[in-house]
Amino acid sequence: MIHFFYDKTFDGLLSCVFFAYEQKRFPDMILSESDPKPLFMDEQYYVPTEKEKSQRVWAALEKKLSKTAQNMMLHVWLSELPEVEMLLFRYICKNINHSKSYEMNFGDDDVLRVKEIALKVSREAERLRMFVRFQEMADGVYFAPIDPQFNVLSLVVPHFKARYANQQWIIYDTNRNFGIFYDIHTVQEISFSPKDLSELKLGKLSDEKLSEEEAMFQKLWKEYFQSITIKERINLKLQRQMMPKKYWKYLTEMQ
Amino acid sequence: MNETTLEKLKILADAAKYDVSCASSGTSRGAKKDGIGTAAGWGICHSFTPDGRCVSLFKILLTNHCIYDCAYCLNRRSNDVKRTTFLPDELAELTIEFYRRNYIEGLFLSSGVIRNPDYTMEQMLRVVMLLREVHRFNGYIHMKSIPGASQELIAKVGTYVDRLSVNLEIPSEQNLKLLAPEKDHASVFAPMRFIQQGMLESAEDRKKFKKAPRFVPAGQSTQVIIGATNDTDKQILTLASALYKRPSFKRMYYSGYIPVNTSDSRLPVLAKPPLVRENRLYQADWLMRFYEFQAHEIVDDTQPDLDLDVDPKMGWALRHPDFFPIDVNVAPYEMILRVPGIGVKSAQLIVASRRYGRLNSVQLKKMGVVMKRAQYFIVCRELPMQTVNELTPQYVRRQVTQKQRKQVADLLQYSIQWE
Ligand code: SF4
Repeated sequence: MIHFFYDKTFDGLLSCVFFAYEQKRFPDMILSESDPKPLFMDEQYYVPTEKEKSQRVWAALEKKLSKTAQNMMLHVWLSELPEVEMLLFRYICKNINHSKSYEMNFGDDDVLRVKEIALKVSREAERLRMFVRFQEMADGVYFAPIDPQFNVLSLVVPHFKARYANQQWIIYDTNRNFGIFYDIHTVQEISFSPKDLSELKLGKLSDEKLSEEEAMFQKLWKEYFQSITIKERINLKLQRQMMPKKYWKYLTEMQ
Repeated sequence: MNETTLEKLKILADAAKYDVSCASSGTSRGAKKDGIGTAAGWGICHSFTPDGRCVSLFKILLTNHCIYDCAYCLNRRSNDVKRTTFLPDELAELTIEFYRRNYIEGLFLSSGVIRNPDYTMEQMLRVVMLLREVHRFNGYIHMKSIPGASQELIAKVGTYVDRLSVNLEIPSEQNLKLLAPEKDHASVFAPMRFIQQGMLESAEDRKKFKKAPRFVPAGQSTQVIIGATNDTDKQILTLASALYKRPSFKRMYYSGYIPVNTSDSRLPVLAKPPLVRENRLYQADWLMRFYEFQAHEIVDDTQPDLDLDVDPKMGWALRHPDFFPIDVNVAPYEMILRVPGIGVKSAQLIVASRRYGRLNSVQLKKMGVVMKRAQYFIVCRELPMQTVNELTPQYVRRQVTQKQRKQVADLLQYSIQWE
């Protein structure tokens, strides 16, 4: 068994590809230092992350892959699933090794799996665009906590930046403890202290933190949500299917 | 914003809820400087009510007062209900505040008729003008045109909104006359044509001058009520297919009749709204829009109504066993699309992948093909399985109906996930 160790960055993974072709050693597993060590390690390599090498690998992929396929790879990376290192590694190798384009061969398990995961990740990004709920805070900033399964916050920033160009907002991933603050000009990454974070995880901000009118608009929205429902058609199963329960925590109308 | 706003909101949302056309699709628009809002092109749902329907637009009436007396409508003048009216700036502010919190994609404004059609339309126009010009709102607006409003007003409104449409409500003229004596189909088709004309002209102008104003860029839609009259599915689908041929026409909505006025003898007594039929109509509509089916292939004089037990694609396949089996490894895309159990996405994957080698049933399954349904209609890499021809359509029908019956109870128009 051949094991690679890397720093859990995307550049690191691309460096692994470079290293493999250069040394003619192909890994059975790619691990980070923090992963539990497997029992049998015949051969192990610590692959340093080198920007110059990762860029060369990416440049090669850019020549071979469509924009869609490149995008799918990034989505797969953001899924943070344990299988992604080896999946992406194999996917990259297959595309490099085939003289003709390989990305449309959905009969290949890896190609299909990349598409599947990418789809799941982009679905969750879509769900953020749907289900983010801002609350206006006393200082006029609109605040929305989220806790997505995948690391998709970066994927939706352009959407919210364009849509709410003239309003200050924060979208905060309470699971990964980082957020994006937009101040009408630029976006920046922020993170809260552990104490503030634990309050956030409860879902509701305390009243004194909210703007004067916020409670009223929340009430209006909830009332609207009730009134628009057609009683003769109640179908809670369909509702849950379209709007899974895990998103309810931060949905104003479901509180 | 206070308690009276809350009261108005309750009444006017409740009165608006039977209009099903909530989609916010059809316009893509980036941000404007100093403005708020974008339009996403494909439309975004922001919530789902306990009936499973998508909330995309803030669907609301300006008023539920009405001078007309349509039998199927809650707001008709002869009903004794609480009436109220939003002030234009009150409604505009509410829309913006909901939008800022990401509750909605925009506004869907409809109204009962107060004083006369033009007066009503002017009030509605004030709301959208306030939104666009004062609040600099750049998100989606769908407005219902008031039957009988003047062309000048429609022309003006069209430059502010993304979608402008008129509801047909009743599929046939004769039944419309019966239920809404003050209306006729001409009062619906005339504004439809006028809106289309405006759209086409603006598209021409924009070819010449990029800055020429847009007119109703997301086109129009309409709604018909299902099950309030004896109109057949054939009448309904033929109408839909004629409308889809028009360049401006984007969506037909089918709304299962919910008895709001139970004492009116012109209307049927229904124990439950006809949800299964409604779902079948959406499936048939889907076939016409994305699967290259013609209306006459789905329903005809021998079978003027859709089969409630099997979906229309399966129904067509069972009536045409001679068309099958299809070899997915060589058949053209359009033929693969006709196979029950294969959707647009799977068909595309099949056509892309088979160049690399013949596909087998395991691979098909992974590509999303529902083999339980498709197996009777295809051959793939393995030896042909028993197809509809050996097993007979009657046998296949029995096999698939048991499964479908259970599913269909859960289906509503916004969950067309069958293939
Ligand atoms: S005109 Fe419209 S609001 Fe008035 S009764 Fe007829 S359907 Fe209802």
